[in-house]
Amino acid sequence: MDETQNKEEGTTHKIGIYLWIWGLLFVLSFFSYMVDWFAFQGFLRWTLILIFMFLKAGLIMAFFMHLYWERYALVNVLLWPMTAIVGFIVLMAAEAKYTVFTRLLYFFIGG
Amino acid sequence: MSDNSLNNLPGGFKGMSHDMGSDQTAFKGVQWGKVMMWIFLLSDTFIFSCFLISYMKGRASTVVDWPNTSEVFSLHVGDVPVPLLLIAIMTFVLITSSGTMALAVKYGYEKNRKMCGWLILATAIGGLTFVGMQVFEWSKLIHEGVRPWENPFGAKQFGSFFFMITGFHGTHVSIGVIFLFIYARKVFRGDFDTGKRGFFTTMKSDYVAIEILGLYWHFVDLVWVFIFAFFYLW
Repeated sequence: MDETQNKEEGTTHKIGIYLWIWGLLFVLSFFSYMVDWFAFQGFLRWTLILIFMFLKAGLIMAFFMHLYWERYALVNVLLWPMTAIVGFIVLMAAEAKYTVFTRLLYFFIGG
Repeated sequence: MSDNSLNNLPGGFKGMSHDMGSDQTAFKGVQWGKVMMWIFLLSDTFIFSCFLISYMKGRASTVVDWPNTSEVFSLHVGDVPVPLLLIAIMTFVLITSSGTMALAVKYGYEKNRKMCGWLILATAIGGLTFVGMQVFEWSKLIHEGVRPWENPFGAKQFGSFFFMITGFHGTHVSIGVIFLFIYARKVFRGDFDTGKRGFFTTMKSDYVAIEILGLYWHFVDLVWVFIFAFFYLW
């Protein structure tokens, strides 16, 4: 019973924090739309997209999904497995480079 | 647990080793259903990651130009094509519904039945609007000749990734909307105040269910953040 009581104290937060995060998400979404609006290209475009994306994702997870207030036992169980995704991205990026190399070689140069 | 209430436990990484090594519940102060939802969301994260990674691989390895999403998803306002307009509106609608859901969870824990119910209903309507706009987007693209195996704009892989990724996300939104309506009804009926037992379970209803539903809904919004960044903007 004690645990439930504590939990409720832990998850009821002032309305202000939610409205702030909500507002920030709107602003960040607006900014990421502006990236396309102003047609930024290349490295600048990708950096801006990633920055706004991670900021939005972080805000949603930390405050809307309450991870900021959860104990580390849960937070770490959830976040560490995601490093495997990063590893997968690196592997597949290398694979894609190889595929496009072989395609260029055989389609256009003819091996 | 009286002398072991959460406030007396160590925090941070010390707290983590304490919780994990306590020979008791590892996730202290977290209702089991919430842990289960988190584990499900983690597995769902991997599914969506696989989609987005295969999209990355497909797009990076094609020798044909990728369609310009900014033009493909533009809408005409009058005679002027506005790039990504519909997608931007969809993004704002989904964030709005995420905000109302966060407030619904807050009012639920405060046992404010009416506010909680109306906010869940607002969330459901936001989700429904999103799905409606997605149907519009799909039919528009299908009319323009986009198929999973071909499209008039560029690399052939575009269609299959588009339908697979947005389709899977749209399915998640639709399922969420159904559950939001069910839970709005339960809240208005007062199930969570009286502790009425559920249809599939003998356990008493509790407002923690609203937080669990909220986790799912925020996750749907979270996935859209990544789809918006990688598929539409990149």
